[in-house]
Amino acid sequence: MANAGVETKRPLSPHIQIYKFIPTYLMSGFHRVTGALLYFGTLLVAAWLVAAAAGPDYFAWASWFFESWLGWLALLGYTWALMHHMLGGIRHLIWDTGAMFDKQSATMLAYATLAGSITLTVLIWIVGLLVY
Amino acid sequence: MSMRAPLGRALGLGSARDGTGSFWHMRLTSIANIPLTIFFVWIVVSLVGSPYEEVVATLSSPLVAIAMTLVIVLALIHMKIGMQEIIVDYAHGGTKFVLLILNTFFSVVIGAASVFAILKIGFGG
Repeated sequence: MANAGVETKRPLSPHIQIYKFIPTYLMSGFHRVTGALLYFGTLLVAAWLVAAAAGPDYFAWASWFFESWLGWLALLGYTWALMHHMLGGIRHLIWDTGAMFDKQSATMLAYATLAGSITLTVLIWIVGLLVY
Repeated sequence: MSMRAPLGRALGLGSARDGTGSFWHMRLTSIANIPLTIFFVWIVVSLVGSPYEEVVATLSSPLVAIAMTLVIVLALIHMKIGMQEIIVDYAHGGTKFVLLILNTFFSVVIGAASVFAILKIGFGG
């Protein structure tokens, strides 16, 4: 067993603590976190659809939740996460073509993702409140 | 001739030969999810505060029902691969396998419930 213990002694690659807080690093984290939020947000989408399918009583119950302060907060967070993840995804698709990988462009895209997601969230909520 | 190190051979770990499959499906679903997300937001915003009858009437229109099914199914494939990436990054050993199983179950259950609901509304149930 010449190799015994080799596995545990192998060097580990550095983790998040060694990186500087630069825009691209931050937006990379945001992309993963918003993705995870949307993952659990599908519970709300499914609950809404199932409530609509189950009938007026269940739908009234779902509407009561979505129109409570907790529901509004969840929907606001969901809207931003969805917009941020969509724009972050577009950013990744641009990178997949090999374009905009230089430092200046990547940083510009990181700022654009954040600014774009906040702008779109505000616009969606203005329209939503006008409809409401 | 094998290019693998003796330790790698003994542990039997390495490529499961489907890594590019996940990679490709992630790109495929992310492209599809751009128009589908815009459609989803448009439908939800247009139904904000609407009474039950109006919500059901909108969701039962065939085009809306078809698009909504695509929204759900493609989003679930996308998020299942995404959560799988997160799990294999942070979880190891037995925990990893339990989480991977739960990830698949969660995605399938959400999908079954949502698609059944859309079809029930669509078929006028």
